[in-house]
Amino acid sequence: MAIAMRVRAGSGEIKVLMTHPSENGLRKDAKSGQLIPAHFVKNVVVAVNGKTVVDGQWGGGISKDPYLAFKVKGMKAGDKVTVSAEDNTGDKGSVEATAS
Amino acid sequence: MNRHRRTFLQGTASAGLIATAIAAGLLKPGQVLADWNATGFTATKPADALAAIGASGAAESKDIAIKAPDIAENGAVVPVEVVTTLPNVDSIAILGEKNATPLVALYSLTDFDGMLATRIRMGQTANVRAVVKAGGKVYTAAKEVKVTVGGCGG
Repeated sequence: MAIAMRVRAGSGEIKVLMTHPSENGLRKDAKSGQLIPAHFVKNVVVAVNGKTVVDGQWGGGISKDPYLAFKVKGMKAGDKVTVSAEDNTGDKGSVEATAS
Repeated sequence: MNRHRRTFLQGTASAGLIATAIAAGLLKPGQVLADWNATGFTATKPADALAAIGASGAAESKDIAIKAPDIAENGAVVPVEVVTTLPNVDSIAILGEKNATPLVALYSLTDFDGMLATRIRMGQTANVRAVVKAGGKVYTAAKEVKVTVGGCGG
């Protein structure tokens, strides 16, 4: 299943929000008492006009529905921002936006 | 090639494997995701995690500020913002020092402009630590966050 995500870019700042359970593999199901298998985003890459500005690795300690925001130098209105991500099960997602 | 970044990432997959994957159409050039630092992300002690990402011996720095709540009612979602005035930032790592696996995030950065924010899980009251590589040196700062309901299960 593709990883759903949104990206906003403008005023030198990029914000990424994903929809993902981000299970670290340590939590137990409240009903069954069984461990919930690990399921979390491992890699996230953000590029501006094709140039990678953030190459991120995440562990199970990232919260549910992962969020990343950062400031980047030199981004202008009209720049193309792309985000791609992959989780530990091989699911992938990507999204594009134009900086305002 | 950015030497510091390469050292920090400590890649393990061979370039040949990646080239094969590109040839097979599995990965498009430009979309190749970084290797995942399994040693760092599965380490159970902060010092071991920092060693795995090549960030041992970091110097405490006043040029790094960590913005996080003093008290987090819900350890499952703790907002953490790292603000630094250090120039030439190559990478930032974020750790929850008492988490089962302390290393939470590791970012290689280009054209970074001083602010990065993310949300992490914390199992209990602990220091949130940021480790910043800039200009070939390693700097760090920490802030204690009191957690009233842990977010890491158990």
